[in-house]
Amino acid sequence: MDPIIRIKNLTYTYPDAPGPALDGVSLDVAPGTFVAVLGSNGSGKSTLAKHLNAILLPQSGKVLVDGMDTIDEGSLLPIRRKVGMVFQNPDNQIVANVVEDDVAFALENLGVEPREIRRRVDEALKQVGMYDFRLHAPHLLSGGQKQRVAIAGVLAMGPEVLVLDEPTAMLDPRGRREVVGTVERLCREKGITVLLITHHMDEAVRADRVLIMDHGHIVMDGTPAEVFARADELRALSLTVPDTTALIEKLNAAGMHLPLSALTPEACAAAIKEALS
Amino acid sequence: MLKDITLGQYFPGDTPVHRLDPRTKLILTVVYIAALFMVKTWGGYILVIAALAAVTFVAHIRPRALLKGLKPLIFIIVFTAVLNLFFTAGDDILFQWRFIRVTHTGLERAVSMVLRVMLLVSGTFMLTYTTSPLAITDGLERLLSPLNRLHVPVYELSLMMCIALRFIPTLIEETDRIMSAQKARGADLETGSLPERAKALLPLLIPLFISAFRRADELALAMECRCYNGGQGRTRMKQLHMGWQDAAAFGLGALLVAGILILRRLGI
Amino acid sequence: MSLLELRNLTHVYSRGTPFEKVAIDHLDLDIGAGETLGLIGHTGSGKSTLISHLNALLKPTEGTVLFSGEDIYSSKAAMRHARFRVGVVFQYPEYQLFEETVYADIAYGPKNQRLSQQEIDRRVREAAAFVGLSEDQFNRSPLELSGGQKRRAAIAGVLAMEPEVLVLDEPTAGLDPAGREDLLEKLFAWKDASGGTIILVTHDMSIANRCERLVVLESGRIVLDGPPEIVFAASEQLRGSGLDLPAAAHIAGLLRRAGVDLPAAIYTVDQLADAILSLRGKGGRPC
Repeated sequence: MDPIIRIKNLTYTYPDAPGPALDGVSLDVAPGTFVAVLGSNGSGKSTLAKHLNAILLPQSGKVLVDGMDTIDEGSLLPIRRKVGMVFQNPDNQIVANVVEDDVAFALENLGVEPREIRRRVDEALKQVGMYDFRLHAPHLLSGGQKQRVAIAGVLAMGPEVLVLDEPTAMLDPRGRREVVGTVERLCREKGITVLLITHHMDEAVRADRVLIMDHGHIVMDGTPAEVFARADELRALSLTVPDTTALIEKLNAAGMHLPLSALTPEACAAAIKEALS
Repeated sequence: MLKDITLGQYFPGDTPVHRLDPRTKLILTVVYIAALFMVKTWGGYILVIAALAAVTFVAHIRPRALLKGLKPLIFIIVFTAVLNLFFTAGDDILFQWRFIRVTHTGLERAVSMVLRVMLLVSGTFMLTYTTSPLAITDGLERLLSPLNRLHVPVYELSLMMCIALRFIPTLIEETDRIMSAQKARGADLETGSLPERAKALLPLLIPLFISAFRRADELALAMECRCYNGGQGRTRMKQLHMGWQDAAAFGLGALLVAGILILRRLGI
Repeated sequence: MSLLELRNLTHVYSRGTPFEKVAIDHLDLDIGAGETLGLIGHTGSGKSTLISHLNALLKPTEGTVLFSGEDIYSSKAAMRHARFRVGVVFQYPEYQLFEETVYADIAYGPKNQRLSQQEIDRRVREAAAFVGLSEDQFNRSPLELSGGQKRRAAIAGVLAMEPEVLVLDEPTAGLDPAGREDLLEKLFAWKDASGGTIILVTHDMSIANRCERLVVLESGRIVLDGPPEIVFAASEQLRGSGLDLPAAAHIAGLLRRAGVDLPAAIYTVDQLADAILSLRGKGGRPC
């Protein structure tokens, strides 16, 4: 299948910045993949995200979304409909005072017919499990709920790609579970391609593919098992590994032979149990 | 704490008053204010109070909430009362002590002015208590839409108002937060001379402005990501409809005005 | 005698309105000098309201707080005194920076303490050193600093008051893993050097992990209180409070359920690895 996102040799430098934020990044993402993007602050993750729906335009190189070049002005709205963006601070992306009005915002901007807006707003709210809160005021919701409203707000446009820039950074564990669970479900059930930028390794473990960024480059790219197996390299990039990986590393160093692919606590426990018996 | 302010708060509900078209409520609020200024007799005041009480009852608003809303205005109310009470000229003196003189006219005027201010404010509160700020903006936008032809950017203005309303609670919370943080560093916002106090506000205002700008930036970005492109070619999910309830409300409003005028004619 | 004693502390927001909310509900808590206490609970459990009472920012609806046996609400002077003895760093403290230079911002607290110029200068330099800000940053605008530096400058602003108790609300929120680790190390170094007390408010179990004592808050009440091994053993209750277990405790729990005979007090990766290896050493047969 053709990639839904194709990036070729993308370079971008912010005005007044000493060095490039993205330095020759190339990347293909197949439709329906759940991709986690990790990297320390300033590694270029957000800059990459902003190129995917033409908020930033490449200074050199190319970004193609479903074959459309982001530099092409005529494709701007179709690209924005295709690639929904969710940001870190849930408070700063909700426009309206009522949940359902906020979810309707994008469709109203696109001039969709009122009855159709209603239908798609209700559907989007149901998909993120916020339908019962449709008449609530956003500022009274929890962080996780607000973030799910923000997801519904872009979901209503019917995107094929969801790009989430540290959506869980400001949330508590319950909120994080809600958001990541929702995103994962949208990917698995609706086939939506997901790019999740995060600092939390336990979230990355659930992805199909993990990208590690450093100084504007993609330095590792593979399945979570492949990437986290390179624990020492990750630490050298000031990143941590999931606790499960750290544990298996320790046990293997002491002579056990456990698979590094056991990344979730459940898989890890099962592997240890098997090795012990 | 700032959280305790209820000025302009919306109490969600599903009563006949809540269900009215916001345009109806806006127009009727204007009619109500005009009617209030037509009142010249005690009977008129009783009629208005009765009307307000009826609406309060139907809308399931607790009278206490209405009174609480008046609290921030207590200074204005007292000031109005004192001004009228002591500074009204007249011969029908009720009470005199040195230069302080209270006349019958003054007393009457003080009572009626205080009533008028309180009724005015609680009446407008009824609008904000029973209509979501968004509905109010929506109603205003549509009532003012003829101005579009005069190149007044009505949609942009109403969106600005919506966003302002949306962010008031957020910014109040933020103010609370920054205030706590600076107080935790020993900031003293309550004592000192006026210039000192103004200066003491800087640690609060500067971070608040910086944060408001940052929020505005992020919000603009989020709106852009959701295909915001100005008011042109926009549609609305919620269409406003006026129904028989609105007609009935207008009828009742007309009755109120008529009642006031009749009472005034009769001098009751 | 404990350093901080919370007695029957209750706080109700928006009393008498439809928005009335009991944030702290008749809570008793003693905190000793030199403790490293983790206050955990999900959002809305009352953590933030609780810490705003430790330095008399909020007045309790009922009950009181004693510092070294004295009621911190007894007079205006006592309340002000409490503010400097208990330094509170709120969430995202970088948003409180306002002065033109980093130096002036760190000096804001000590200036409010009405200390001598010399003493202020000493404290600013010391506090900056604790958080790892170099002196050539002093004349920069706080707005020019990187995210992590801003956070550290803001924390230095509280350290410069030389509080006896340092309270931090989610100090590592939004930082990357390296930044998180670095900041925690600096905070513990401050504690060791100053002999102070640290209260860490968090829902991050990898931080809670490092406290000597954990207090779990739910709906304004304490539901668990004890050393980490005791608190993390009550996994069901923690989950019920909307909290995660540290991964090691979680895996240990799964293994126990599968019949592996692990000791009860396991909550770090190292402990778990040691326990598993010792089982294996013994010829490790699960019972």
